[in-house]
Amino acid sequence: MPPLLSLDHVFKSFGDPADPLHALKDISFQMRRGEFLCVVGPSGSGKSTLLRLIAGLLQPTSGVIALDGDPISGPSPRVGIVFQTSNLMPWRTVLDNIALPLELRGESKARRHQIAREYIALVALDGFEGHYPHQLSGGMQQRAAIARTLVQNPELLLLDEPFGALDALTREYLDQELLRIWRLKEMTVIMVTHAINEAVWLADRVLALSQRPGVLKADIPITLPRPRTEAMLTHPDYLTLVKTVRNHIDRPVIQKPTP
Amino acid sequence: MPTSTSPRPPATRFTFSHNPRSLRLIRILLGVVSVLLFIFLWDALVRWQDYPAFILPPPKAVWGKLLITLADGTLWRHASITLAEILGGLLLGVTVATLLGYLLAKSPLLDQLLSPYIVALQAFPVVALAPLLVIWIQQPLARTILIAALVLFFPVLVNTIVGLRSVEPELVAVMRSLQATRWQIFIKLEIPFALPVFLGALKIGATLAVIGAVIGEFVGSNRGLGFLINLAQGLLDTPLLFVALFTLALIALGLYGLISLLEYRLLAWKRAA
Repeated sequence: MPPLLSLDHVFKSFGDPADPLHALKDISFQMRRGEFLCVVGPSGSGKSTLLRLIAGLLQPTSGVIALDGDPISGPSPRVGIVFQTSNLMPWRTVLDNIALPLELRGESKARRHQIAREYIALVALDGFEGHYPHQLSGGMQQRAAIARTLVQNPELLLLDEPFGALDALTREYLDQELLRIWRLKEMTVIMVTHAINEAVWLADRVLALSQRPGVLKADIPITLPRPRTEAMLTHPDYLTLVKTVRNHIDRPVIQKPTP
Repeated sequence: MPTSTSPRPPATRFTFSHNPRSLRLIRILLGVVSVLLFIFLWDALVRWQDYPAFILPPPKAVWGKLLITLADGTLWRHASITLAEILGGLLLGVTVATLLGYLLAKSPLLDQLLSPYIVALQAFPVVALAPLLVIWIQQPLARTILIAALVLFFPVLVNTIVGLRSVEPELVAVMRSLQATRWQIFIKLEIPFALPVFLGALKIGATLAVIGAVIGEFVGSNRGLGFLINLAQGLLDTPLLFVALFTLALIALGLYGLISLLEYRLLAWKRAA
């Protein structure tokens, strides 16, 4: 079966072409349909840039990113992205925020509200349809943001540190929810995170990026059985995998102040 | 812990003042009392100092003048002209300022090209241009509309630019990832995002339009409340002057109130708690 997503020698740099800032260097990998991939790396390793390239929000400086063999030239309904902050529109209710993609597509109000309600139920926000984002907790806002992305039924879901700003308990709960939705919707997922534990617990494969310019340092298969349970968090195999991933990640460079 | 278990005062004690309806009633009552008190003090001052009517007319004289000017149509004729100038100036000034503001917010090149003039003109007292416009434009209505539009133009322009520039790039990224068209981003993101700042600008614009209209009439017009004020001054008809002043204040307040109401309606989501 051909891969769903393939990256072939992708480079990305920003700024002045004479003195560019290299964000990503020679990234190549493939993903099969249904896979759950986590990308880890230190700050400034170009993780977010990688997701924005796959989402079609940025164009690679060179190299090709292809979905089902077709190069990605811009945002498409087949690829959905969730950002680090929920980015909900503060003047829209939860229902109208989640229905936004359908509204942009020109669906009737009745139809888009009907579909949006299904996804509100999927992310367990029932009863909050009429609330405004500022009335929700951070975790609920992120769930609404995920529902907004899922409402266009993407084949590939990109998550850019979606739970990074939340407390540990909420984060664990939402990780479990994410796995449930992933199984239910049979999606393909790429999630960027800086939490190695989270990556190992969630993913089928973990990619480790180096510090800038981001190069692919390791592609580690996670052989833990599914469904993943909380009991696994103390299992020796899990701990070994966490250690393996950790060994591939650069220590952050502390800049010493120059006198 | 004693502090956390100490009983709160019963909430019912405060229901009267916390009930929004009775709160509004109290506010209206206080407003009426304040106006009555003002009229009473004004009357008392005139009686105490025994001012002649051309210095400070008693409230009764102004009231009488109001009834006369209302009955013979004088007040309405002048007020309607001024109102038309204010609304015309507001429409013209806000439209042009918003359109230009949008272009400036979106085009860095245009911004660099024009911003020196905008900064310079912002510091410049636009009303000083009024006599020049009397020479250039013969038609008093068109001229006054233009002066009103000029006076409110820069504050509205600057607010529009600030409002549009504050649109979060991440929200634009969300819209782009959802394959929104340029037009959809404008309608569904930029307009609602800039709306609070724009409505604030509209409020400032409305009060400035009143100033602009009066100045336009001062420098050369034979109709309008500004003209009436000038005329009353020449005739030493101070009651008439007061009638014109109060009418102007009423127009300005009415406009401000209308925009506040619009704001209240459009930004209702902010009050959801």
